[in-house]
Order: sequence, then structure tokens, then C-alpha cells
Amino acid sequence: MYIYDQYDQRIVDERVAQFRDQTRRYLAGELSDAEFLPLRLQNGLYVQRLAPMLRIAVPYGLLSSTQVRKLAHITRHYDKGYAHVSTRQNIQLNWPILEEVPDILAELASVQMHAIQTSGNCIRNTTTDQFAGVAADEREDPRPWCEIIRQWSTLHPEFAFLPRKFKIAVCASEQDRAAIHAHDIGVELLPNAAGELGFKVLAGGGLGRTPVIGSVVCEWLEKRHLLTYLEAILRVYNQHGRRDNKYKARIKILVKAMGIEAFRDAVEAEWAQLKDGPSTLTDDEIERAKSFFTSPPYADIDGDAAREALAARAAADPIFGNWLTRNTHQHRVPGYRAVTISLKATGIAPGDVTDRQLDLLADLADSYSFGELRTTHQQNMVLADVEENALYSLWQRLQRAGLATANIGYLTDLICCPGGDYCSLANAKSIPIAEAIQARFEDLDYLYDLGPLELNISGCMNACGHHHIGHIGILGVDKKGAEFYQVSLGGSQSKDAAIGKILGPSFSQDAIPDVVENLLATFVSLRQGDETFLQTYNRVGIEPFKERVYAKAD
Amino acid sequence: MPKLIKQDTICSDDWLPADAASDQVTQHHFPTLPQWRAAAAGTLRTVQLQPGDVVAELAGALDTLDIIAVDFPVLTDGRGFSYARDLRERGYRGELRATGHFMPDQVHYLRRCGFDAFQPTDDSRIEEYLRQSRVFSEQYQASIDQPLPLFRRREAQAS
Repeated sequence: MYIYDQYDQRIVDERVAQFRDQTRRYLAGELSDAEFLPLRLQNGLYVQRLAPMLRIAVPYGLLSSTQVRKLAHITRHYDKGYAHVSTRQNIQLNWPILEEVPDILAELASVQMHAIQTSGNCIRNTTTDQFAGVAADEREDPRPWCEIIRQWSTLHPEFAFLPRKFKIAVCASEQDRAAIHAHDIGVELLPNAAGELGFKVLAGGGLGRTPVIGSVVCEWLEKRHLLTYLEAILRVYNQHGRRDNKYKARIKILVKAMGIEAFRDAVEAEWAQLKDGPSTLTDDEIERAKSFFTSPPYADIDGDAAREALAARAAADPIFGNWLTRNTHQHRVPGYRAVTISLKATGIAPGDVTDRQLDLLADLADSYSFGELRTTHQQNMVLADVEENALYSLWQRLQRAGLATANIGYLTDLICCPGGDYCSLANAKSIPIAEAIQARFEDLDYLYDLGPLELNISGCMNACGHHHIGHIGILGVDKKGAEFYQVSLGGSQSKDAAIGKILGPSFSQDAIPDVVENLLATFVSLRQGDETFLQTYNRVGIEPFKERVYAKAD
Repeated sequence: MPKLIKQDTICSDDWLPADAASDQVTQHHFPTLPQWRAAAAGTLRTVQLQPGDVVAELAGALDTLDIIAVDFPVLTDGRGFSYARDLRERGYRGELRATGHFMPDQVHYLRRCGFDAFQPTDDSRIEEYLRQSRVFSEQYQASIDQPLPLFRRREAQAS
């Protein structure tokens, strides 16, 4: 992974000193609330319902075991002993004290971490595929490009007061595991007609109140132009994005208002000023970035023999077999698999992890996966480089720690924002909804029969729980002061990206497990062969689901 | 007299904000872009831009201007950062002044985008504006005050 040099370290150290001074001046009354607001947000600090919330950056989801141990220490010492993995692959603390935040940032800086631009109207943490570097369907490792974008976007002087937040995602594989169509800018590494890899650039995707799938701004861009091109898009957005209404301020609204042709022309005009300038990437810089993401020292393993041994284990211990099938992912190197650690056990808020679990995960990363861990935008964690012959012993240790729930990609592996329990923006709670669904559908055999299914829950329109792109989406709404839930169907975050369609009138909290059960029963009765929920939905449409769910009310 | 930071020192200055309500240029006040446009070419040596103004209008007249002020009506409206970089990239060499309701903690970024004079509406904390103008000694991106991005300077040092 990327290792800071003296320059990177100086920048984060100076950032800590700056925020310490800002916090001191705020507490002394020298900075007003309005002034401190953007300053604290750009250090990831929200003022929430019960306490401030601090969002710590995990650049493109990559963590070393040293960093994970530091996070465990911070949650224990400054918080209540647990942390939360967000849908931007970041880590959130729910109970820090404002006065101690500068100390937390100093602790983070000591392990090459920070909270820079994890909130606010600026360029946020760049995200990518959680299987980057190990996926079998990858064209090139996207992480060097994420790091190049991270450095360019960090403390960018021109883009710290944008009309609204700005999110970039990078994907480099056949299957899009980074949801690039739902981002302000989505970048995909792909070959041109001559076979040379470059970037397809999308802009104007996004969720929130007005969900939109991104439009293509550039079909293919030479790699060295990446930063100047991104800069041109940001310039057009910074100067022309709406600032009069925060719900119409995202770049998706600008792209729609201008039309993609005019938007592209404006970007090209800005780019003409920047193209081939000093921000053009050099071969040396690209090589330097790549040098941090080389293969770890993999053992030379007979893949067929390892797979056979594993199959025998799975047959002898079907519980392990279930976990092996659901929670491990194909690796490009024979004899290895990537392991997803489910943070979706029933009864625990989705994405939450305790300090002791973090310590254990750091140890497991050292023992089994070259000392590295990853966070995923589905709010789980990943050990990316585990030898197949070590999977059984890893699974046993995970099981003892309550981290072996075998549900990755299935109904109970749901995405869920912190909702009304913590967030001051939320209209409704989301964690109790997640819990009620997980409790109702605990039977793993039934879940496996249903096949891959993504259920996403957001407590409000801001859509942190990505409800629009869930196969089943649940959105908390405020109806005359009471919490209600709107259900949508048919969303998708993959290459065939789609925004879900609203089923009909919203439901009370108690009704949601029954509604989900009715949706699933409709699917099962109409399913042909091995169809997934989404395939059946796309074939039959929303009507049969609607009829069944609302039948009783008539 | 309003206070101004120029070349890292605090000084006094006679210029007052543009008076947009008037068609005419008011003495001691910056002209607005429409007032500047209405005057005979080359007669007005200053202008104050507002968010939404088209910077390109000044492109052919940059040599005739001594001061371009860019106003920040609210601290969260960041359009002026792009206007400043655009003006400098088009070759403007005169004074580029930030005016209005920006805060001390923005001076560092403003300076990097090409501003070299700072005139906050509330000048009671003017020393703080000066103190906050250089809180970082290193930066990743190319900018007006450092045209080479860090990666090019790293390379130069390595070779």
C-alpha cells in the first residue's frame, strides 16, 4: 500500500496543527459557528443528534494492521469501544468530544491517516473495488490511480468551497464493484481500439433526492491527462453549478440542465487551458504510484490440489462450506482467495465493529493476509490475500469472534445508514428496520435459496444507504411527524446500473418485515429456474409485487 | 479607511466596494463589471467582479487594469477561487484583491489561487488574516504560487 514520504507526513501534521488552532479559536469565541462549520466539516466532524460524529478517511478502503490497531485504540480511548464502516469505505466514530478531536487527528497522523475532506462541499474520499489488485477480472490495478487522485484532491485550493460535495470512484474490472455510475465522476480503466488502456470518464451520476445515472463525458482519455481532465470538470462545476438551492447543487443537475453535449464542450474549453500543462502526469510519477501496489510475496501453490482439499473440508463441515461459498471471492493467484468479513450479524448495527474485533482483525491480517485489510462500500471488511489451505483455521477464529456470518451478497448483508438513531439529517430510523429484517430472515437456507439480493436502507433522501440502487430499497420519510418507509424495487449498482421504482404508498415501521416477506414470496412464485430477484423483477415488472403487497389493504 | 493586507503587510486603502445600484462609477468605489464595460476602453483601471460575472470579458483588457477585486458575498461561495486562477492563467499581472465576507482560514487557499491582496469587510481581525496566510509549507497540486505539482518537484529532487 502507499507509504507516506516526508512531504505527505508534513502535510497531515500541518493539517493537525491547523485544526487544533481552529478548534481553540472556536472554543474561545474567535471563530463563529458559521465560520467553524465548513472548517470542521472538511475535517470530517459533524455535530449530530447526541454527540459529534467524526469520519476518518480510509483512502480507497485500504488499511494496514498498524492502522487498524490505532483505530481500535482510538475507539477504546476516545469513544465507546466501537466504530462504524460507512458506504464510502470510511470509518466513523459516533461519540468523540470536540475538545479531543485534535488529539484524535494527531493519533491518526502518527499512522499516516487523517480525516481530511471526509465531509463538506469539497472532493471526498475516492473509492474503488474492494478486490482491487486481486480480482481475476481486473484490467489493471486501480489503486495507483486512486492514490494519484487522492494527492491531487487533498487540500486542493480551488475546490474547497464547491456548490456541494463531490465524489469520485474508479473501476478497472469487467464487473463494476465501485458503483461508478452513481458518482459525480466515475472513471473506468478500459482499452481503446488499439488495446491501450485509458480512462472512460462519466460525470453527473448520483443518488440523493434526484437519482441519476452518470453520462459519458469522454469515451477514452490517455492516462497522462487524468488530472488535467478532472480539473477541467471541477472548474466547470465550481463556476456554473447551482448555489441557490442545495438540493439542486450537485453536478448531476448541472449536467442535466446544460445537456451532456454542452457540458462536454465547456469541459473541453477548460481543458484546452490545462492540457499538457505541469499537472500532466509523467511516466515517472505513474511508475512511482504503481511501485506501492506490487504483488506481495505469494507462495507457489498447486491451485488444483488446494481447491480439492478445500472442497473436502467443505463437504465434511457444511457450515464452513456455506461460509466458503458466500464469503470468499476468486483470486487471480492460484491457491489464494479474498475473504469478506461480514459486519452484518443480526442484532448489531450494520457496519459496526468493536475495538476488540478490530484488534483481532489486525492480528488476522498479520497472520493470514500480508498485514493488510480493506473496508467495502457494502460496509464489510476484506482480507484480500488468504491462502486457501489457511481458510479453515481463519474461519474458526472469525467464528469465535462473531465475524463469520455467511451472508455476503444475500438479503441480510444489507446496506444501512446510521439513520435517526445518530444522524441529525435523518427523517426516520434505519438500524431497527435492518434488525427487524435480519431477525425475520435468519434462516440461511432460505436466504441461499433466494439467491443474491441487495437490500439498501436510507433514513432520508440524502441516500447514504444507497436505497435507489438496492434491488429492494427502503427510504425513511417523514409523514406528519411520524416515521414511514417507502419501498422501491429494481435498482442496481452494477454495469446495468438502474434506479429503483417506487412500489406505492409508504409503510409503518412494523409493517416492513411483512412487506419484504410478500415481495420475496411474489418473487419465489414467479421465478423461472435460477433467476435472481432482479432478473425476475426485470422480466415481470413491478405490478405483481404491487398487487401482492397492497392486496390486504383493499 | 478600510484595512488591507498587501505583500504580507497591513496597510490602509481608499478603495470601497462597488456600488451596483448606480449606473455611474462612484468616486473611490470600484466599478462593477457593467460599469467598467460602459466606460470608454482603457479609462477605468480597476474593476470588481461578483460571482456569476463572466471573467472572459476582461480577457482583452488585462494589461489596462491595475486592480481586479473579486468579491465574496458569503464565505461558502467558492467561485472566486476559480476566477482568480483563470485571470492569472490568462496572464493578468496586476493586483488581485479578495474582498467581502471570506474568513481568515481561507486566505491560504486564496493566495494559492493567485490573490495577493486581502480586504475583508470586517477588518477587526485583520492580524488573524495575516497569521492564517501561510499555514501549510507544502502542497500537492500545481497552483499560481507554485506552478509545479509535488510529483514534479519530487522527481526533480530524486534526479
